Amino acid sequence: MTTTTRHPIVAPRAKAFDLEAWVMRSLLGLGALWLVVGVVLPLFPMVGRSFQNTNGEWAGLANYGQYLTTPSLVQSFLNSMGVAITTTLFSVGLGFIYAYGLTRTAMKGKTFFRTLGLLSLYIPPLANAIGLIYLFGNQGLVTTGLFGLLPGININLYGFNGIVIGEFLYCFPQAVILLVTALNLTDARLYEAAEVLGASTLKTFFTVTLTSIKYGLMSALFVCFILAFTDFGVPKVVGGNFNVLATDIYKQVIGQQNFSMGATISVFLLIPSVFMFGLDRIVQRRQNALISAKSVPLQPKPNPILDWAMFGFCALMVAFIFTVFGTIILASLVKVWPYDFSLSLKNYDFSSVGGGGYGAYWNSLRMAFYTAIFGTAIVFTGAYLVEKGRGLNWLRSLTYLLSTVPLALPGLVLGLAYVFFFNNPIWRIPFTGLAIYNPLHWLYGTMALLVMANIIHFYTVCFLTGTTALKQIDAEFESVSASMAVPFYKTFWRVTVPLSLPAILEIGIYFFVNAMVTISAIIFLYPANLPLAAVAIVNMDDAGDIAAAAAMSTLIVLTSLGVRVMYSWLTKGLRQRSEAWLHR
Amino acid sequence: MVGDLVSPILRFLSKRRWQRFISMAAASCTMVWMVASCAVSQEDLASSVGGATGTSSDSSVTVYTALEDDQISGYLESFQTQYPDIKVNIVRDSTGIITAKLLAEADNPQADVVWGTAASSLLVAEEKGLLEPYAPAGLEAVNPKFRDDANPPQWVGIDVWMSAFCVNTVESEKLGLPIPKGWADLTNPVYKGHIVMSNPASSGTGFLSVSTILQNSPTEDEGWAYLDKLHENIAQYMHSGSRPCKAAGAGEYPIGISFGYRAVKQKNDGEPLEAVFPVEGSGWDVEANALIKKSDIKEAAKTFLDWAISPEVSAKYAESFAITAVKTDVPPPAGFPEDPVAQLADNDLRWAAANRERILAEWTKRYDAKSEPKS
Repeated sequence: MTTTTRHPIVAPRAKAFDLEAWVMRSLLGLGALWLVVGVVLPLFPMVGRSFQNTNGEWAGLANYGQYLTTPSLVQSFLNSMGVAITTTLFSVGLGFIYAYGLTRTAMKGKTFFRTLGLLSLYIPPLANAIGLIYLFGNQGLVTTGLFGLLPGININLYGFNGIVIGEFLYCFPQAVILLVTALNLTDARLYEAAEVLGASTLKTFFTVTLTSIKYGLMSALFVCFILAFTDFGVPKVVGGNFNVLATDIYKQVIGQQNFSMGATISVFLLIPSVFMFGLDRIVQRRQNALISAKSVPLQPKPNPILDWAMFGFCALMVAFIFTVFGTIILASLVKVWPYDFSLSLKNYDFSSVGGGGYGAYWNSLRMAFYTAIFGTAIVFTGAYLVEKGRGLNWLRSLTYLLSTVPLALPGLVLGLAYVFFFNNPIWRIPFTGLAIYNPLHWLYGTMALLVMANIIHFYTVCFLTGTTALKQIDAEFESVSASMAVPFYKTFWRVTVPLSLPAILEIGIYFFVNAMVTISAIIFLYPANLPLAAVAIVNMDDAGDIAAAAAMSTLIVLTSLGVRVMYSWLTKGLRQRSEAWLHR
Repeated sequence: MVGDLVSPILRFLSKRRWQRFISMAAASCTMVWMVASCAVSQEDLASSVGGATGTSSDSSVTVYTALEDDQISGYLESFQTQYPDIKVNIVRDSTGIITAKLLAEADNPQADVVWGTAASSLLVAEEKGLLEPYAPAGLEAVNPKFRDDANPPQWVGIDVWMSAFCVNTVESEKLGLPIPKGWADLTNPVYKGHIVMSNPASSGTGFLSVSTILQNSPTEDEGWAYLDKLHENIAQYMHSGSRPCKAAGAGEYPIGISFGYRAVKQKNDGEPLEAVFPVEGSGWDVEANALIKKSDIKEAAKTFLDWAISPEVSAKYAESFAITAVKTDVPPPAGFPEDPVAQLADNDLRWAAANRERILAEWTKRYDAKSEPKS
């Protein structure tokens, strides 16, 4: 990629130079090893299961045959595709307008919208579904028109509509994050040039704006499609009789304890992901750096009509997201919905319900904190090595490939794969009859494994955020440092990290928030002595303590929001300094 | 003279590419050596790991359970006063997840005992050879109907849960629906789109209902014919045993086919529910305990299983369950039929377990391929 050549005059095989190359190589090697252990190896016992019958004997393609001849597969597959495509179009379409408003207009209240637009990211998916039922279900506030005060609207929540709305709430913030990162970094000179050349606003939009964020847009499409295609939480709760592949896995694994069939369907889930991956690679190859060393940051000019239109749009989006959240809060305060609306705080006393109460809450907080710290360090370094590293091209391509794979793995599959892989004291080497001790067995049942599962589960979005930001930094920085014999790690620390600080902070908070709300990957992994808050929500919901579940959800959301606000406030100075170059 | 000969070799060696080759080769050799030196035959290693006798005096016990959260702490009180030295780690989850966890961890079981988990699920674990037969002290007091026939038994029941309809009285009145008395009433066309039940493919409660209907019909074909008619009225098959009852309690749908404990509890919590125990009889399952087969079976695990069928804790079970495996003099909780054992329909748990795969395949073929929810 980079055409850095070693000029013998500048660096005549100096000792420091060798060291640098070796540091780079070992870091790349470590990065790849981490992904191999975290992603690839656990998949072996998982995929292996799809070729076994339920007793663990070799069954060849029997599971595949059985599933393909079941008429519901084709239907589930088409249903999943329909849901994923619709969700992607809505999430990325509306997410783009939202992100555009945040970055390219002089709209008022950007900080407010930036925080609250991502609100549904902070809400456990199950809680979002509970909120939707209270709003649009048969007894919902909207369906009954506030219990007869207004004409009710029935949107037929259970089925396609419900899933798409639920997945939209889940995907919209993810699209906004990726698109804001892409839109944030641009070169004002391009717009000046367009203006001087007399291009219309519309033409500038299509030729400059859209072209420059092509990569971020592609990533957003990629992420939303896969998330909507593989999520199981939302269809489980509001899917009604509308079957999708992810609920098929749930039925096989949880309902019938048929891991072999669950593994087989997981393989089907991987197919579109592989396809999207190929597409992504093709687009990515054409991406050029947008921020060069000579770049000038874009200052959006006020345009009252556009600004207010954007304000209206963003307010509408926030209002919708907030209505869902408000309903959850209301549900946590009401005694018996919809028959007894007396308010009380008793649902926030978790001592009479299960799930671990405040102990679980603290465990979740710790887990989220570790995930954010270690995850951010690992992901960003990984993204840097892939994007800006030199040499060992095959290893960098491999790392890129492995970094995008986790997105295609539904949490349930990842969690199960981890159980199979880490809980087994010995590893059987396929086809040899040999086995070795599992050196990672001690991780099973520890906080470390939960953190690792979370980092891998949310790896791809963070990785794509990282690479999107890095791609937009001119490679000249590296070339210049190299020719001045500044080792790459100094450039990384002094130039790349500060330039990418907004993206890095975004990654950290994304890890934190997701670790707080995630269920699917850890439900099989959490040990007896480490109950977790999000799992407690599932337990409470299953036990019928919906109000307590809503209360715990509210607590999680408020915590994440609190951390978010504190984080923005604490890092304000840091960001202002690092973004100073963006302001003229 | 020698220098002439050596210098080209040195020059050759100093080439970076060669250095890299050597280091790569050395690294790969080390890797191969390390893996090879650790690798032994699978059988040897499996037996050496499996045969290791660990310390069984460990005074903590890990318990997997599907009992309700709010019940557990009450039950455990008496254990903790009797055995203050034994630390109990509880992993509570739904029956499906507990069973899936047991099977997923089969290579290296984490649990010491299973407590209060559906017998139909334990039969799956038994078939996979995960359970260690154990006759807990006081076994003779357990109703033989509610334990494994083998001696020593693989699993021992503690209580029985049965299917029931949760009927929302407020919504039924609004819609002008009569309160159904039994299974036959549910096929009445007036209920079209007003009934929800658990999906038997994802929930034990759903399977319980379906298997009971099939077993109690004159022939299995007639059972399927009944299910065909019931299907006409079903609005949704839900992915959890308690969700249909919750939906009924919240008025989402007026009628939910669920289980007795949930119906009675929600009614007592103030929801406008009527718990209907069908006149034809309820489907039922046993919540049972079992010892997990592993290399070091702890004494504490056996102590726990002995305690778990003691009369003392059984009296506690009886406060929320109408039928307990060890008979107590506690009257059935309010809302249950007077003679709960008579309410039980015929149910052969082993038949249900043996035919489960076939029944679910047939059920899925008939009813689950539909994509659109009915309105």
